Amino acid sequence: MVSTQKDPVLAILSLSGGNDGLNTVIPRTNGLYRDFRPSLSISDDQIIPINDDLGFHPAMGPLKKFWDEGKLAIFLGMGYPNSSYSHFRSMDIWHTCEPDTQGNEGWLGRVIKDLDPTSENVLTGVNFGRGLPRALAKDGVPVASVGDLETYGLLTGIDGDSQRSEALDVFGRMYSPAIGRGAVMDYIRNTGTDALKGADILATAPEKYSSSVEYSNTAVGQYMKNIAQTHLAGFGTRVLYTTSPYNSFDTHANQAALHAGLWTDVSNTVENFMGDLREHQASDNVLLFMFTEFGRRITDNGSGTDHGSAGIAFAVGEGVKGGIYGEYPSLDINQQEEGGNLKFNQDFRSVYTCILEDWMGLDAKPIVGGSFEKTKFL
Amino acid sequence: MADENIALMAHLLRRSGFGASRDEIEAKAALGYQQTLDDLLAPESQENIEEDLLFRYNPSYWQSAAIENNVQAWLYTMINTPRQLQEKMALFWHMIFCAGHSKIDSGYEMGVMISMFREHGMGNFRDLIYRLSTSPGMMYYLDNTESHQTALNENYGRELLELFSLGAGKDEELNYSEDDVKACARAFTGWNNAPAYPPFPYGRSPWEFRFDPADHDGGEKTFLGETGAWNGDDILDIICKQPATARFLARHLYNYFVADDVQIPAWRLTPPQDLDLIQAMEKTYFDSGYDITEMLRVLFNSEKFKSESVRFAKVKSPAEVVAGTLRMVEEHREIKLGLFQHSQEPKYMGMDLMNPPTVEGWHTGREWIDSGTLVERINYASELLGNTELPGVKGLINRLMSRGDSLSPETFVDGCLDLIGPITVDDGTRSELVAHAQKSGDLRHSSSSEQSDFTRRTGEMFQMIASTAEFQFE
Repeated sequence: MVSTQKDPVLAILSLSGGNDGLNTVIPRTNGLYRDFRPSLSISDDQIIPINDDLGFHPAMGPLKKFWDEGKLAIFLGMGYPNSSYSHFRSMDIWHTCEPDTQGNEGWLGRVIKDLDPTSENVLTGVNFGRGLPRALAKDGVPVASVGDLETYGLLTGIDGDSQRSEALDVFGRMYSPAIGRGAVMDYIRNTGTDALKGADILATAPEKYSSSVEYSNTAVGQYMKNIAQTHLAGFGTRVLYTTSPYNSFDTHANQAALHAGLWTDVSNTVENFMGDLREHQASDNVLLFMFTEFGRRITDNGSGTDHGSAGIAFAVGEGVKGGIYGEYPSLDINQQEEGGNLKFNQDFRSVYTCILEDWMGLDAKPIVGGSFEKTKFL
Repeated sequence: MADENIALMAHLLRRSGFGASRDEIEAKAALGYQQTLDDLLAPESQENIEEDLLFRYNPSYWQSAAIENNVQAWLYTMINTPRQLQEKMALFWHMIFCAGHSKIDSGYEMGVMISMFREHGMGNFRDLIYRLSTSPGMMYYLDNTESHQTALNENYGRELLELFSLGAGKDEELNYSEDDVKACARAFTGWNNAPAYPPFPYGRSPWEFRFDPADHDGGEKTFLGETGAWNGDDILDIICKQPATARFLARHLYNYFVADDVQIPAWRLTPPQDLDLIQAMEKTYFDSGYDITEMLRVLFNSEKFKSESVRFAKVKSPAEVVAGTLRMVEEHREIKLGLFQHSQEPKYMGMDLMNPPTVEGWHTGREWIDSGTLVERINYASELLGNTELPGVKGLINRLMSRGDSLSPETFVDGCLDLIGPITVDDGTRSELVAHAQKSGDLRHSSSSEQSDFTRRTGEMFQMIASTAEFQFE
């Protein structure tokens, strides 16, 4: 696979736990917002207005910059029919595009397969974090899962650089192909050789990197930095994925403080990430997409909010046509989904379709499992 | 050459449980294969883990709604229960009767289901599959709660036949028709939960199985050639007497305990690897009145199981990598902090316990391995085996030292391979390991500096062996 510095790259940040959309992009002129949020509404003077009706959470100042530049798309009313209120199930649905059956193959796994059908580049897809999110899972698609880019590799438990590098030499020779060891053994040896190759290449990313940007010392900050480092290293990686700490956005209690902290971190990190890429003239071919598995309950519970349905997603990038996509779901009690939730009006697969067709240049239908009206934000 | 008694016992303990420390392997070898097997097959005759102690130290595990706590308690049990085969069977059923937290969304319910597999997984199959069909978690997971007299949902009816009992086909024949699926699903209408699920938006509430006669389709049905006003119970009776069910169980047991087989959808067209053993287990299934333990007795007593050809020929599952390594190095053999990290490791290796990817379960054998999971497996096992402070590793090093005042690189490598297996690696792998050891010459341990050098080199050699392709097998 020939890849160039300018091939489109997709970076994804999953906001795990169900971000409270209502307090993220706030319907500030809607009186019902304050009625339903006796404990958790944000006062008008603190909200950062983005248009006549809506405004950002006060912690989202850094993101407002991209809104002003016209590089930020906001997707409202995001979801799918018969919303699941389970973190796991709903995240699975976003990952597999299969709301009706349990799928085990991820949409990004299919993307990687389409981009690099013979796995010529073992780093076409890279995940940052331990364990592979289902979005990236597909049989026969190698995806490195990097817990820590600085120390990523094999035999990390061996002390001493020279001891470890000797051990890795031995590993390389032990895994070199030989004849007649049986199909499964051959397969494992090839896989080990791929893994070593991928690790060797990835290990060079931090040393190749220099930047004036200082990312926050949080998991989101550090993994987004790793994404920038990997992109800037020019390995031909096309899909880069990371997840905020598991269920961190699940703000059932003490939401006011938690949610502000989360969005301070995410907003600063997005600003740093884009700034970093721009500093290196490497932002043109990167699209950053941020999503969450569901929104939260309209009415607060006194201290936090419980699981809801329609949520909000964002895309940032030089190729993005900034703006609002989708309708703000009604807060009117007669228009709510059963259980006091926001009704979705925009299928997440509509946004995926645009990303796939208009950014990655792929046929979206087999990846998202059907035809969806494209949300044209690029 | 490794001692055959030790090698056979190590093989039995790896397969019938989650491996063992060298001390345990030698103690069981002294007891003998037959006695050890009899003990494994009679878990009630063995000590149980001290559950009350576990819950006293970890009150958060008790009836916990959080999936993480349930997975931790399970891993603790895998590592520590003397009833190793019972625990291995709990995992066996979890890998076949798949229901997952991603949909059920209750760690407690998953814990209850695993306990059911533990308590009844070596009993009578008819009893077990009845318990499965009245498990609220399973009824919800496979949508039987959505199946009504007036609006049939075939999900449970189908998977019960395809994935939980008959299998799609046998000896090239199909085991059931679409009409059988419908009849089966109709018979299970009214097998429901109270209260209904999902619990949102008003919060989770306790659950129990409830048969609702008003929602049951009591009409006449023809199922596998038998006609009557069947209820679910009748269907289970008919299922259990099918030769296909005996084949299904025998083949699954073979795949799990003896040698990797193709994935289940391919069973109709791919004959079993060892038809004699499969048929012996099938016969026992009927002779014993569906007794799972008796099938296991046939399996573990077979020449095939004991033969060298099946040793280190099965790819370890992530649970086996994690629990097996912890048992070998004797870590977390008592209740202490730090189990959470270990309990997450199977997930990093592609086996999210209590949350299988689909009802079809995990694809096993070579499909456990990809470039991401291989890195996790190697780093996990080598890090523990290289930790020379752990009691199990210390014990291995002491044994190695006791083999001579001076070990040549060859003796050293062979000793290490023997102690963490005994594992046989191919000549190429062995000569790489020997060449590596030769760089630092013979190993001695008379002075304290020699001892620390010996310890360091052994830890490093264990790590390198843990990184071999051979170590991915059991």
